[in-house]
Amino acid sequence: MFMKRFKYNFKEQTNAAPLAIFRLFFGLMMFASILRFWAKGWIEKLYLVPKFHFSYFGFSWVKPIGDYTYLLFIICGVSAIFVAIGYKYRVAIITFFLSFLYIELMDKTTYLNHYYFISIVSFLLIFLPANAYFSLDAFVQKKQYKLVPKWTIDSIKLMLVIIYLTAGFVKLNSDWLFRAMPLKIWLPSKYDLPFIGENLMQQNWFHFAMSWSGMLYDLAIPFLLLYKRTRFVAFLFVVFFHVFTRLLFPIGMFPYIMIVSALIFFDATLHNKIINFIKKHIIKSKTILLLEPNFHFSKLKSKVVLSLFAVFFAIQMLLPWRSLLYPGELFWTEEGYRFSWRVMLMEKAGSTNFKIVNLNSGASFRVNNTDFLTSFQEKQMSYQPDFILEYAHFLGDHFTKQGYNNVGVFATSYVALNGRLSTRFINEKVDLYQQKVSFTHKKWILPFQSQIKIKGI
Amino acid sequence: MFRKFLVLFVSIITFLACSSSEEITPTIIDGFDRNALLENIADNIIIPAYEDFSGKMNALKTAGDTFSTAPNQSNLEALRVSWFAAYKTWQHIEMFDIGKAEELQFKFYMNIYPVTVSDIEDNITNGSYDLNSVNNQDAQGFPALDYLLHGLADSDAAILEKFTIAEDNDNYKNYLIAILNQMNTLTTSVVSDFKAQRNAFVISTENTATSSVNKLINDYIFYYEKGLRANKFGIPAGVFSENALPEKVEGQYKNDVSKELALDALTAVQNLFEGRHYNAATTGVSFKDYLVKLNRTDIATSTSDQFDIAGSQVEKLDNSFAAQIDTDNTAMTMAYDELQKAVVLLKVDMLQAFNVSIDYVDADGD
Repeated sequence: MFMKRFKYNFKEQTNAAPLAIFRLFFGLMMFASILRFWAKGWIEKLYLVPKFHFSYFGFSWVKPIGDYTYLLFIICGVSAIFVAIGYKYRVAIITFFLSFLYIELMDKTTYLNHYYFISIVSFLLIFLPANAYFSLDAFVQKKQYKLVPKWTIDSIKLMLVIIYLTAGFVKLNSDWLFRAMPLKIWLPSKYDLPFIGENLMQQNWFHFAMSWSGMLYDLAIPFLLLYKRTRFVAFLFVVFFHVFTRLLFPIGMFPYIMIVSALIFFDATLHNKIINFIKKHIIKSKTILLLEPNFHFSKLKSKVVLSLFAVFFAIQMLLPWRSLLYPGELFWTEEGYRFSWRVMLMEKAGSTNFKIVNLNSGASFRVNNTDFLTSFQEKQMSYQPDFILEYAHFLGDHFTKQGYNNVGVFATSYVALNGRLSTRFINEKVDLYQQKVSFTHKKWILPFQSQIKIKGI
Repeated sequence: MFRKFLVLFVSIITFLACSSSEEITPTIIDGFDRNALLENIADNIIIPAYEDFSGKMNALKTAGDTFSTAPNQSNLEALRVSWFAAYKTWQHIEMFDIGKAEELQFKFYMNIYPVTVSDIEDNITNGSYDLNSVNNQDAQGFPALDYLLHGLADSDAAILEKFTIAEDNDNYKNYLIAILNQMNTLTTSVVSDFKAQRNAFVISTENTATSSVNKLINDYIFYYEKGLRANKFGIPAGVFSENALPEKVEGQYKNDVSKELALDALTAVQNLFEGRHYNAATTGVSFKDYLVKLNRTDIATSTSDQFDIAGSQVEKLDNSFAAQIDTDNTAMTMAYDELQKAVVLLKVDMLQAFNVSIDYVDADGD
């Protein structure tokens, strides 16, 4: 009985409409995101103005490509449109995935969990028959499929479930639950919100209520969405939660993407109604396409994709917990912090300055960070150890190239975390230029010294 | 089902559209009264300091006119005294890079040092120049006056010669007057504009990149870090270069005033933090109070303490920073280090506690 319940039928077919609608909205959202990014002048500000870019380990070869960076965004935006309408779908989604990934890898200063979300979802979409139904590809081939393998749609649901659950589990820590941090810092600063800014946002109980309900929301919402009878209410929660966070925080398009993604949990009746609505009012097409009942992967293809997905989801489930392999306080060292759905868990800021020392004579001078970094980069660099190390190497190389000898690079760094007073962050006596960039524990980060420890996951 | 969604969708869009175009600015009456903060800063700090400076600037200009009509030793000395008095008061207003001051780049026309001597001499020789040009920012203001009054020659007699018997003495006098007129015009414009805008200034309390309260905080920290810590201490002490650069101290030609000017600036910074009224012992609503209100007495106390520590470290220095750098630069860098510790408290701890939207970072978060 137990086994039976958990036995998954990979042969089961289901209506293709939810996948088609997901594809359509995802593509449109991505196009809007790219347009918005461009319109805000961020391409220039984040990728063209900086003289130096922070790279992900092993991806230092991915850099902005001058004015061609705009072309890259055009390619990414156009391919998003192609994905939306489902035209040359496979090529379009691969192009979108690669161009978006390239953009994200250019500079890790701009890392956001929701960009990571977009990258992995577009990766999944490469392998899904999202153009089988209600797509331009189907129109051109005059043939569309009513049913697709159920696991294709379920794989997107699984991804969302993993994200929500992980985001919920990582909120089980003392800062979030018992100090209401960082919401206690962020919410009162929204004093200028109409109606609620001056009262609700300032209340201690409200900070705690928000922390706890955020945690409960993340842990419960996947189940409420999966269960048919609670689904509509759950969706209302999703909308409320994301719209509310959108009003409070500068999180761009992410809330809308999450709201639209949650539609995948509904059954096909809804999606078919949306499709009929679009057909009737927007496309106004009366063409009737030949409707094939079933879309099937070939046996081999299905085997390959399923094994790939097995590996992929295993990684997705394990990767957020890699931080357990490192000693020390995760929020302090941030070793294994990225790619783990730790969303809005920290208010962290720092001040980090570098001293270039001639190791023979002891002569030294300090670096003015603004000579090399934009204020945004400096802000990010100041409290993230991997940024500090990469920048120290850049400075070492730069001044060596300038003709200085026996260059040593030392950092004076203070960091404040979740409302604690700032304390020293980096061991000032360690020559960072001699430290290798790697995934091993960074011994030159001073231990987290605050009396107020962080307990939990 | 679909109808429900349509209704939901439309109401979200309406909600978002309404909330983002919210025009009403509610009066802010929460635990911390930012309005009162801005009123205290405007009425008891900025305006009195502006008025004092304006008066001293007038006196300086009059002394310049007197000197120009009768360039003699006693008028030169009187002019120098006026110059120093105005320069000291300037230290209390340079940090207010807001409104007209920001628009006109007030501080860049008043206090860029060191000056470029060749630019000044070329201007004087040519007899024609555009002081509004950005290229001439380093050839005017207090530092240029410093050069003209103390640095033209080795002795007072030789300096006076430039304004009396030198072939182009008229050009020297004209340049002196031109600089003073420029400084006075800018000051009048900045001061009268701030007074006119005072009401708009004190009600702009929202947490946006362009509100008075946020701009004031950002400018304040920027001034402390750049205008005070780096320009007055770090750069001349060689913190950012291989060798010390004593010629980059403030008031280098008068030479023995750099400490007094720096101490005035530090006092002004601490007074703003603690809400102390200009030239008085009374205090009003301040950043410090705001921190206390946010339960961050730790930051409030540490910052005040750190200003005191830095101040006493500066007190130990020679009246002339240039002389201090030449004899014992370590003392100078020690003062710099203490000043730097306050940068961390202001820029990391205080900014984090206030969580102000800052002007230069507007990318998305997650």
